[in-house]
Amino acid sequence: MLHTVNKSPFEKNSLETCLRLSGKDSSVLLIEDGVYGALKGTKFEATVKESLNTVKMYVLGPDLMARGLDKNSLINNIEIIDYQDFVKLAVENERIQNWL
Amino acid sequence: MKFGILVNEGPYTHQASDSAYLFAKAAIDQGHEIYRIFFYHDGVNNGTRLATPPQDDRHIPNRWSELAKEHNLDLVLCVAAAQRRGMVDPDEMKRNKKDADNIADNFRISGLGQLIEAGIQADRLITFGD
Repeated sequence: MLHTVNKSPFEKNSLETCLRLSGKDSSVLLIEDGVYGALKGTKFEATVKESLNTVKMYVLGPDLMARGLDKNSLINNIEIIDYQDFVKLAVENERIQNWL
Repeated sequence: MKFGILVNEGPYTHQASDSAYLFAKAAIDQGHEIYRIFFYHDGVNNGTRLATPPQDDRHIPNRWSELAKEHNLDLVLCVAAAQRRGMVDPDEMKRNKKDADNIADNFRISGLGQLIEAGIQADRLITFGD
């Protein structure tokens, strides 16, 4: 299952809810302000790292760059992808849950 | 593969209209079909032809109209959401006795059943919005 999160974890708790409820082997894609959830050194880092043991996490590169961030800002093992990869994730996963 | 796309947020609000557009374009690039794009809640404002954004900014409604024209997409505004927000096509203009319509090219106004149908007919339904 593919989950997308588009809100900053500092604004809404959708990332935490998503990570709590997403099943093993899910894919979690952070888009728009959701990319802030992938940053190193925030109070959400531990939760995200813990989740990386069970889910794959991705961040949408154009949205990351639009916020002046790059791979150096990210927690390890979060993959940066583009819109083409976003579509591929949507194809690979039979269901999509968009956390808004 | 067939995609249904739901847009729940107005243009120039946060990013949903842009994300949905770029996703739709990438899906088309990969040879997928966009079964329908359904605009709900403030998303119906994507379908106005009266918008005049600054010249150096993207024109979100025109961009949808052009994409729809090029790829024969079905862009649907929810009728109840459209009525509340003053989005009017020629039929709605007559029906509600308004003095103008404002729907952009290649958009149409229809009911929520169109969203349900897109959920059934498409292989994937993806939502962008607030």
